Amino acid sequence: MSKDWPLWEVFIRSKHGLSHKHVGSIHATDAEMAMNNARDVYTRRNEGASIWVVPSAQIVSSAPGDKEMLFDPSNDKVYRHPTFYEVPSDVENM
Amino acid sequence: MYSQFVDTGAQGKSTGQDASEQERAFQARIDEGISIEPKDWMPEKYRKTLVRQISQHAHSEIVGMLPEGNWITRAPSLRRKLILLAKVQDEAGHGLYLYSAAETLGASRDELLDALHEGRAKYSSIFNYPTLTWADIGAIGWLVDGAAIMNQVPLCRCSYGPYARAMVRVCKEESFHQRQGYELLLEMVNGTDDQKAMAQDALNRWWWPSLMMFGPADGDSIHTQQSMAWKIKRHTNDELRQRFIDQTVPQAHYLGLEIPDPDLRWNEETGHYDIGEINWDEFWNVVNGNGPCNRERLAARRKAYEDGAWVREAAQAYADKQQQRRAAA
Ligand SMILES: [Fe+2]
Ligand SMILES: [Fe+2]
Repeated sequence: MSKDWPLWEVFIRSKHGLSHKHVGSIHATDAEMAMNNARDVYTRRNEGASIWVVPSAQIVSSAPGDKEMLFDPSNDKVYRHPTFYEVPSDVENM
Repeated sequence: MYSQFVDTGAQGKSTGQDASEQERAFQARIDEGISIEPKDWMPEKYRKTLVRQISQHAHSEIVGMLPEGNWITRAPSLRRKLILLAKVQDEAGHGLYLYSAAETLGASRDELLDALHEGRAKYSSIFNYPTLTWADIGAIGWLVDGAAIMNQVPLCRCSYGPYARAMVRVCKEESFHQRQGYELLLEMVNGTDDQKAMAQDALNRWWWPSLMMFGPADGDSIHTQQSMAWKIKRHTNDELRQRFIDQTVPQAHYLGLEIPDPDLRWNEETGHYDIGEINWDEFWNVVNGNGPCNRERLAARRKAYEDGAWVREAAQAYADKQQQRRAAA
């Protein structure tokens, strides 16, 4: 039994002007092969205008346990949303 | 289905009382419809069950290429050859999306493949039947991919995020698989008498195995309850099987083909088709390794894997060398 080739995460940007979006992962020995494999596996129907491949080991992600620390501070800042402000209904286009 | 035997490690489902607080919170999230993501806490049984289910599904996609691959070189026209190539390539893709989803749960790709090659892992019973004529390619697209779609569409809403997202991709690609099969048969039934007879013969051989794809009857399916509570199974085997029958019988009539079941009839009262008895002995036989092609399928997988060993090693050696050179420079 051989050892797994390194894992790469694949991100694709579609033609419609949206950001790159994570679509899954593939195995490859190097960046060039990762690119080719990502193309074959994730863009068989013209889904992509651009591909990013990133070694999975290089991705730093937040931990579920840090959720409160990270996201609670923005929870009580309702004044960051437009609905917080009252504008008389006769004022148009706002 | 594509994963017919997913042991949840529990009979029935675990009840509230013996569940830990963490487990109760986990179940509450699922009940609320919040998706579970790779780094979230999950019960060990949930993780193991999912690895089993997703890898069985992946293996089915991969082994499923063999019966159809058998006809690529003999497709009757360039158009049909292109279609079949694209379909088989899609199935390889489906297998890879699914292995990738299983890996988010900590499974190793090589270990999953080893389990398949050593006969420790299961894949769908349907792929242990032979493809004897060109009409079988039509029957597989229409019936086998049709049954797969029936099973996969609800899984797009399953509780585990990476699996659900893989299913969305798969389902988008699956619909051409079924349509090309039906179109192929439509051409054959409108051809010569021999061609029509070939289409009927294919339906005769693939009908019952397709119904068996949905797995054992609900009464014999001990893990269904837990899987449904975890939302990694959204409908019972019998529910999906019945939907498939109700959808497929009229399609067979349109082709002018006869379903090989003398007991098949429309039931006014239930609004469903009733069918005859499924041959469960045949089903268990195939599942336990004694179907017409079990040995051949595994041998073909193993050979493909072993024949590719030098390529995998060479690619790794090349990458290592490049890296050393970069480090030295
Ligand atoms: Fe598939
Ligand atoms: Fe398919």
